[in-house]
Amino acid sequence: MSGFITGTSGRLTASRLAFAVLASMTVAIVFAMLVPHIGIAFDRSGRHLEFLGMDAYTPGTEAHTIFWIRMPRVLAAMLVGGALAGAGCALQALLRNPLAEPFTLGISSGSSLAAVLAIRLGIEAQFGGAGVGASAMLGATATLLIVWQLARVGRGLPPATLILAGVTMSMFCSAASVLIQYTSDFSEVSRMLRWMMGGLDSMQLSSVGYATIPIVVGLGVLIAFSRALNALAAGPEVAASLGVAVPRTQAVVFIVSSLLVGAAIAVAGPIGFVGLIVPHALRAVLGPDHRVLIPASVFGGAVLLMICDTLARTVTAPAQLPTGAVTAVLGGPFFVMILVGQKRRAAMWGKP
Amino acid sequence: MAWLTLQDLTVDLGGRDVVRGVSAEVGAGELIVIVGPNGAGKTTLLRTIAGLVTPRSGTVRVMGHDPASAARRVIARDLAYLPQQYELAFPFAVEEVVLLGRYARQRGLGLASAADLAAAHEAMTACDVMELAARRFDELSGGEARRVIIAQALCQGAKCLLLDEPTAGLDPAHARAVFAMLRAQCDRGAAAIIVTHDLDLALRYAGALWLVAGGRLAARGAPGEVLTGIATREAFGVDIHVGELPAGGRFAVPA
Repeated sequence: MSGFITGTSGRLTASRLAFAVLASMTVAIVFAMLVPHIGIAFDRSGRHLEFLGMDAYTPGTEAHTIFWIRMPRVLAAMLVGGALAGAGCALQALLRNPLAEPFTLGISSGSSLAAVLAIRLGIEAQFGGAGVGASAMLGATATLLIVWQLARVGRGLPPATLILAGVTMSMFCSAASVLIQYTSDFSEVSRMLRWMMGGLDSMQLSSVGYATIPIVVGLGVLIAFSRALNALAAGPEVAASLGVAVPRTQAVVFIVSSLLVGAAIAVAGPIGFVGLIVPHALRAVLGPDHRVLIPASVFGGAVLLMICDTLARTVTAPAQLPTGAVTAVLGGPFFVMILVGQKRRAAMWGKP
Repeated sequence: MAWLTLQDLTVDLGGRDVVRGVSAEVGAGELIVIVGPNGAGKTTLLRTIAGLVTPRSGTVRVMGHDPASAARRVIARDLAYLPQQYELAFPFAVEEVVLLGRYARQRGLGLASAADLAAAHEAMTACDVMELAARRFDELSGGEARRVIIAQALCQGAKCLLLDEPTAGLDPAHARAVFAMLRAQCDRGAAAIIVTHDLDLALRYAGALWLVAGGRLAARGAPGEVLTGIATREAFGVDIHVGELPAGGRFAVPA
């Protein structure tokens, strides 16, 4: 916790944290890649894992499945989970509100509306899933700009008006989506609903590739601003007195987080709760220092989404669940748990 | 050269003039205490000097910079500001809060250097919060939290300190210790402007007292004279009585 600054705390050192991150990432990747195709083969020398065999180029083999179908999906889960959790963590710091999330700011509703529109207007029919993804990204950006304009007071960005603008936009976009669905035919509606649930199936290695660079760069920018976000925890005025360029920090972090969320949604559709739960849980363990918390959230989000996606495609196999539904089902009770825990602690301290 | 220069400063908030025509200079070693009734414009004056409010007319200069337009990092190295209200959104530990004061002197991810740790240690010792170092800030009492953020402001290493009611909520011993510590800082060359309602401590530790009433600098000068002056009586609506303690030293009470 505090040991990161002073190097005095025995509880959690940087090396122990790095070990935990590496171990959990490795386990999650292996788990996600191999379940349920463990790929164990028997031959004269005994049992061994077979998935590195050359038959990866032969369609229909397990190695082919793991490399060409499973791996893009696992990589996408890693990227999307990391982007959502990292952006969520940064937005919570920016808004000074541990319950803020990409989704409370209307960004996801805006991009969903754009995706629904794209399906309704036949963009999907013409350009395929990439067209919907691009529309979703555009929708996220447009929503961000509108929310920004609505929330801005002078050069500052007060959290209260930002949340208000986000909720307003979110409600408007949801209502508009429903209207569009109402005027669409049955097959369009089912595709819209499918997209809005969020999923990682039928992922192409190339589309994962396009998303990698912006997401990695965006997360790097957020980490570079993590010290300013620490100071912002004391409020914009104190942060300014401490030397933080507050308007610039707010602008950069808000735009970058929104673009990260937009990129994640473009890849996987709206996947909720990851951006809320991962930073929240990790803050309880690691403390609030964003220099540690943002990178940790990125890895935590990657691990969580890889696990959720593995569950999504195995629990009801051969049928697959939407990944977004799994994160929501797991996330809901977890969120209630956090809330109850907070209430209990608040009661203990006698604070509201 | 004066470190802080205010020239004919007028500030309006929501169309109402809160500070009117204030001119003053503060230099090295000076400890100025601002007193005045509630709503007199003391906090707004302090916030304007800190560059958090842009004046409608007049100028503020901090070491030659305009604090409202210069880079915050530059201002923060010369000027530390302690607000009246301080709310931390996340449960940082006390030493983390104090080390946030080093923001303007760090680069990149800002891992604490030996100099940073030494500054934090010194500030925490001066504010008597060393034994709270590992505690969570949000679990401290009001007075403890106040001392921690005074330590944060000290840790900034700025030459000019602006403190808005630093001793609000502090017990008498710690309140006096804070003023004594600030006096010592000024004796070593710092400059401080402190807003307080603690007239006793103002009387005892201030180099000069400013009386702010109705947004104007209604009186200024030696603490004893300002407190017993007619402007103070008019501002507060009561007489302030300054007396001698039997053991030496003076006290001030509303008569």
